[in-house]
Amino acid sequence: MADLTATLAGIRSPNPFWLASAPPADKAYNINRAFEAGWGGVVWKTLGEDGPPVVNVSGPRYGAIHTTSRQVIGFNNIELITDRPLQVNLGEIRQIKRDWPDRALVVSLMVPCEENAWKAILPLVEDTGADGIELNFGCPHGMSERGMGAAVGQVPEYVEMVTRWCKQYSRLPVIVKLTPNVTNILVPARAAKAGGADAVSLINTISAVMSVDLDTLAPSPSVDGLGAHGGYCGTAVKPIALRMVGEIARDPECAGLPISGIGGINTWRDAAEFMALGATNVQVCTAAMTHGFRIVGDMIDGLRNWMDEKGHATLADFTAKAVPKFVNWEHLNLDYVVKAQIDQDLCIGCGRCHIACEDTSHQAITREKDGKRHFEVIDAECVGCNLCVVVCPVDHCITLRELPAGSVDPRTGRVVGGYRNWTQHPNNPSR
Amino acid sequence: MAATEPDLKAARLPAEAYARNFADSHPALSHNQALVEAERCLYCYDAPCITACPTGIPIPDFIRKIANGNLKGSAHDILEQNIMGAVCARVCPTEVLCEGACVRNTPEDKAVAIGALQRHATDAVLDHGIQLFAAGAPTGKRVAVVGGGPAGLSCAHGLARCGHAVTVFEARAKLGGLNEYGIAAYKVAGQIPQREVDYLLAVGNIAVHVGQRLGHEITLPQLRRDFDAVFIGAGLGAVNSLGVADETVRGVHDAVAWIETLRQTGDLSTLPVGRRIVVIGGGMTAIDIATQTRRLGAEDVTIVYRRGPDNMGASAKEQRWAQINGVRIRHWARPSRLLTQDGSVSGVEFEYTTLDTVGKLLGTGERYSLAADMVFKAIGQLLVPDPLNDGGSALLDLDAGRIRVDDQRRTSLAGVWAGGDCAAGGLDLTVAAVEDGKRAAVSIDRFLTAAKAHG
Ligand SMILES: Cc1cc2nc3c(=O)[nH]c(=O)nc-3n(C[C@H](O)[C@H](O)[C@H](O)COP(=O)(O)OP(=O)(O)OC[C@H]3O[C@@H](n4cnc5c(N)ncnc54)[C@H](O)[C@@H]3O)c2cc1C
Ligand SMILES: Cc1cc2nc3c(=O)[nH]c(=O)nc-3n(C[C@H](O)[C@H](O)[C@H](O)COP(=O)(O)O)c2cc1C
Ligand code: SF4
Repeated sequence: MADLTATLAGIRSPNPFWLASAPPADKAYNINRAFEAGWGGVVWKTLGEDGPPVVNVSGPRYGAIHTTSRQVIGFNNIELITDRPLQVNLGEIRQIKRDWPDRALVVSLMVPCEENAWKAILPLVEDTGADGIELNFGCPHGMSERGMGAAVGQVPEYVEMVTRWCKQYSRLPVIVKLTPNVTNILVPARAAKAGGADAVSLINTISAVMSVDLDTLAPSPSVDGLGAHGGYCGTAVKPIALRMVGEIARDPECAGLPISGIGGINTWRDAAEFMALGATNVQVCTAAMTHGFRIVGDMIDGLRNWMDEKGHATLADFTAKAVPKFVNWEHLNLDYVVKAQIDQDLCIGCGRCHIACEDTSHQAITREKDGKRHFEVIDAECVGCNLCVVVCPVDHCITLRELPAGSVDPRTGRVVGGYRNWTQHPNNPSR
Repeated sequence: MAATEPDLKAARLPAEAYARNFADSHPALSHNQALVEAERCLYCYDAPCITACPTGIPIPDFIRKIANGNLKGSAHDILEQNIMGAVCARVCPTEVLCEGACVRNTPEDKAVAIGALQRHATDAVLDHGIQLFAAGAPTGKRVAVVGGGPAGLSCAHGLARCGHAVTVFEARAKLGGLNEYGIAAYKVAGQIPQREVDYLLAVGNIAVHVGQRLGHEITLPQLRRDFDAVFIGAGLGAVNSLGVADETVRGVHDAVAWIETLRQTGDLSTLPVGRRIVVIGGGMTAIDIATQTRRLGAEDVTIVYRRGPDNMGASAKEQRWAQINGVRIRHWARPSRLLTQDGSVSGVEFEYTTLDTVGKLLGTGERYSLAADMVFKAIGQLLVPDPLNDGGSALLDLDAGRIRVDDQRRTSLAGVWAGGDCAAGGLDLTVAAVEDGKRAAVSIDRFLTAAKAHG
């Protein structure tokens, strides 16, 4: 049976599934329940400096996008860091680590961008016996207006400077949590590395406004009639997070910098994808918030069964295996040709593929044949774009078929096969 | 003058009709259908469906695993609690069990198709021969299991996993009990009962002796002497009587015995069946004999039940199933006389019934008759107590005619456990028999482990 042990920045956990720093990892009560359910580790809800804690709104803090069947696919929050006193958190952290020595316990921190503030809090955390710290440079609301969170994460010099302080004043491994609210994720990632980070974790939430209430004409969720932007996460952000993880994983300057993948992870499959694209472990928030800690059961079981089936004995066997295959567009083969193909036995005749292709793509799907309703791909028109596959309601009804090398693409008249990317293409003016 | 000979005939239908009529009545979900259905599950917390399942399968978990593409994990969740999950997925009256408790019934009157999803997951491991269980390290303890039906086999599997050496003594030629000999053919098409038995036995540590009947080839005192523990899952061997004269006349059949013949007939076109059939009873057996004789080509099949539709043992869904198969169900009448002609049954005379003011069933005195070439008794089965006796004296306490057991399925006799239909207080369902066997295995293991600890 596959071994799920994961080690990130020297921090070992029995499986790669950690709870991200957020309400599920807010206090001992939750974390005990999470560990009982089987989570491999947690990143404690972000702590701030000693003194009066932050104050959260008592109106709605969360909003969501649902599918019509009420599945939550996007989630938003305007919550701040922990609103409990520092000493209470530190006491509980110490106790949890004592009770659960085999699980990873990392403490997330966010204090003002001053050397003394970090110098003051680091020994307190180290004293609890926690395994590491995570620097919250990502929170996009509430804290950033106070010069913390994303306000630090968006300035590479600050990222590097704070990381360096932490390495200087603590012997704990330092994980830098990155905000996705930047133009190029490599800039803060490289800054973290330059500052001596032991790992990066990403993504934190994305700045967002969920919706506008058309009766009150106020952004929602609204607190006493007004709404603020919040941080967006959940299923819908997974592709954005995956891309950012992949960018760092393949960046030569970031080579050797371990990654903890976060963002929209719901299932073992999502986790395996993040890991294949370079993450050493994963963190989860929204999926736990919408279903409870029990989801980790299938994450563990499903990952293990999949690994057994594929013959992967350890996580390392597939981690980062997709990274070399993640390239920029100009390296894709322009002589590779696929055509859509509709399985007439599976087709239910809804016509969605036809109208999508007819109105917005390449007019490559018939609507009738011999006077009868009939949807069929016209190879001479099909560019293999995948739109019909995307809109088809039946699994595997429309598939993309690779044209064999040596055959002629009826659309272009060109012989298929070989390899020629944009950098080699005659149409490229800068070749 | 009407024909007097009973109209019994084989091959009432065109040859190709038999395969169609006895094929899977509820075919498997496609991959896509399973995903769409799995997505309907709300993944409830402390889900009511789990409580409603006699074996306590963690239903929302197994469904989530189907949705997430972890079929092996899904099947494990099911089979861990119910090793006969594949047959149960097909034969459980889910409308009164898990699906009856589904919270989706409240807003939309349509439960998640739990049975069909359970079949989807368990078929995957059976079809691909994925063994999810292993026999435990040998303990040196030996357990005898009497009866190779759902109760006995579930107990045997549980014990084998604990490392005990199990010997199953089965009276018949094949294992499976009523899964193999009793359940309606179209519910368990494709040899699923035998495939499930094979899967279950593949765990190892289970020796099987067929053709060994307790009370004949083996006796209870002997088993108690030769084994460290005994589990009895022998089902029910006898049937209730109608309480009318001439009950043994030609043409009057025990429905369960006749279904057994049907289930073991390879070519159903060779099985003679009457043109007009009367079934007496109101449970699952009545529905099954009526529907199956219709599907063999009987023209006119009537179930007569002495009380109303709500009192029938068969669920509303099963009653509807019989009716869409062209079976007529008549309520509020009981047989008063068998009509015979030349030594064969020719019909049944019924008396209308009603309830008196305290709810007791009364005959009204008014009567009607139904002509019949065959009459089936489907009015319940009884325990045959003889094998449980030693000479003239009873070895086990009974309760309402069945073996008395406690919540661990221990009988009144030390070292002897019992479960399934032969034990008192059960539901007379496959799934309940599996649960009994499972509980008994836990209790027996505890007993044997304690015995070992004390030397
Ligand atoms: C016609 C019919 C249809 C049914 N349909 C359904 C249905 O659709 N769904 C459902 O959930 N339930 C159904 N049931 C009920 C279900 O089949 C039983 O509740 C279940 O099989 C009980 O399991 P068991 O192991 O206790 O007994 P059985 O299945 O009866 O198995 C007992 C086994 O013990 C053997 N045996 C008997 N006596 C001895 C002896 N002296 N020595 C050794 N071996 C012996 C028998 O040969 C048999 O193999 C139906 C029952 C009948 C009769
Ligand atoms: C309600 C809520 C509160 C959060 N609080 C924090 C926090 O205190 N510190 C932090 O680093 N990230 C915080 N996050 C971000 C999450 O840790 C995580 O990075 C993000 O939600 C993406 O993961 P997900 O898609 O699994 O939810 C919070 C997220 C949510 C939904
Ligand atoms: S989830 Fe709990 S705290 Fe939040 S609104 Fe509902 S009851 Fe209140």
